[in-house]
Amino acid sequence: MSAAAKISVAGLTKSFGAKRVLDGVDVDVARGESLVIIGGSGTGKSVTLKCMLGLMRPDRGSIKIDGVETVGVSQRDRMRLMTKFGMLFQGGALFDSLPIWENVGFRLLYADRVARKIARVQAIEALERVNLNESVADLRPAELSGGMQKRVALARAVVAKPEIIFFDEPTTGLDPITADVINDLIVHVVKGLGATAVSITHDMASARKIADDIAMIHDGKIIWRGAADAIDRSGDPYVEQFIHGRADGPIKVDARRERA
Amino acid sequence: MINILAPVTQIGAATLATLRAAGAVAIFGGRALAAMLTPPYFFGQLARQLLRIGYFSIPVVGLTAIFTGAALALNIYVGGARFNAEAFVPNIVVIGITRELGPVLAALMLAGRVSAAIAAEIGTMRVTEQLDALNTLSTNPYKYLIAPRILAGVIALPLLVAVADVIGVMGGFVVSTQSLGFNGAVYVKNTLDFVTTGDVVSGIIKAGVFGFLLTLMGCYHGFTSKGGAQGVGRATTNAVVSAAILIFASNYMLTTVLTQAFGE
Repeated sequence: MSAAAKISVAGLTKSFGAKRVLDGVDVDVARGESLVIIGGSGTGKSVTLKCMLGLMRPDRGSIKIDGVETVGVSQRDRMRLMTKFGMLFQGGALFDSLPIWENVGFRLLYADRVARKIARVQAIEALERVNLNESVADLRPAELSGGMQKRVALARAVVAKPEIIFFDEPTTGLDPITADVINDLIVHVVKGLGATAVSITHDMASARKIADDIAMIHDGKIIWRGAADAIDRSGDPYVEQFIHGRADGPIKVDARRERA
Repeated sequence: MINILAPVTQIGAATLATLRAAGAVAIFGGRALAAMLTPPYFFGQLARQLLRIGYFSIPVVGLTAIFTGAALALNIYVGGARFNAEAFVPNIVVIGITRELGPVLAALMLAGRVSAAIAAEIGTMRVTEQLDALNTLSTNPYKYLIAPRILAGVIALPLLVAVADVIGVMGGFVVSTQSLGFNGAVYVKNTLDFVTTGDVVSGIIKAGVFGFLLTLMGCYHGFTSKGGAQGVGRATTNAVVSAAILIFASNYMLTTVLTQAFGE
């Protein structure tokens, strides 16, 4: 682990039945760095992210945040650790029974026990940071478009100014223009907060825009890592095939797995 | 070749699966109980659930009770007439409603209405990652979602059963006085003279237990659902079926214990 690593993952393994999804993932993320993990469907991207977040327990391996081991911590310590994190889920995962402002201010209201008036003001400020105004504050998530829901989810992820922000497929399901808006917002809020960011995606345009470093995961292992602007010169046949989206190459798509 | 041990293997597998499920429910219930007893408490959520589970269930419980009380009075009148015991309609209606039919039927109606709704809601939250989102927002789902629902069930069902008792007896009263020729004042006097505190309290205690079971089943099956819309549908069905079975099974056990506690 390097001295400045904010997140240090070593030897992470995770199996579901006979299927080994993670097979010794090693990855460090420096403080203030934005790392994007790319890879095909079913290669272990989401499982890696969920293990880092503590939503899933790895079979073996170590995940250190600020040098402190987080695998196997108690529920209370996990909840405390979560205050350092912000997370943008692939589908937004907004609470559909709550108005937008309460979704954004959820952590302030229910974890930090901030008064409702103050939480509402801070939630609206967070909405403004993602280019949404007060007029959406009292709407329900179902009343917003997919792009707007993503922006609300981004506002929720950053409202409490977390030290580490995770992004799970931030542009999936969005049109290219909206996706680019989301990418710009991610760069803006992550740099603005000085946060460390870990994203998973298979959208290369998104990866190039939001990453300082890109790592490629394949068959449960990190097979390449380098600076975002070096990915076109990686010389790795797996990376080459993936970033150009070619059917021919060393990566074989298992049709049965794709169907599953 | 026929495997003669196959039936034994199947029985063993089914037994293990049942024990595993019972263990999982017990652990889930224990966590929910721990979440109820330790801060932080979500009183706003509790109030919301009391409204949903309790207040909004009054019409369905009331309708069930009034028709049950009315039908019970007719049946007792017909049956009692076979041995000149028609006069006991008020006595049997009140004991039938307070001890048995009020709590059991109210609980079954709520198993359909509340357990299903809870399982569908929490199941949808599971498959859309809203439960994961709760965790990432430093909020324990057991405290925010599960504990308020179960607590609301335990508080609301006894209150609903108290309402059902009154409305059920009223159903019997209306039929008896309008169709069967009973005198209203005599009917009320017989009812009040016959019913004991034990009859009412035993029904209320049953209701508290049923409230716990039916909300626990809704929460458990929703919380553990997987596999998208189909999984949520399966969770909803399982919640209703398991709640109904547990209500019937626990009703027998509670009746055994409560008749000893409150006399016969």
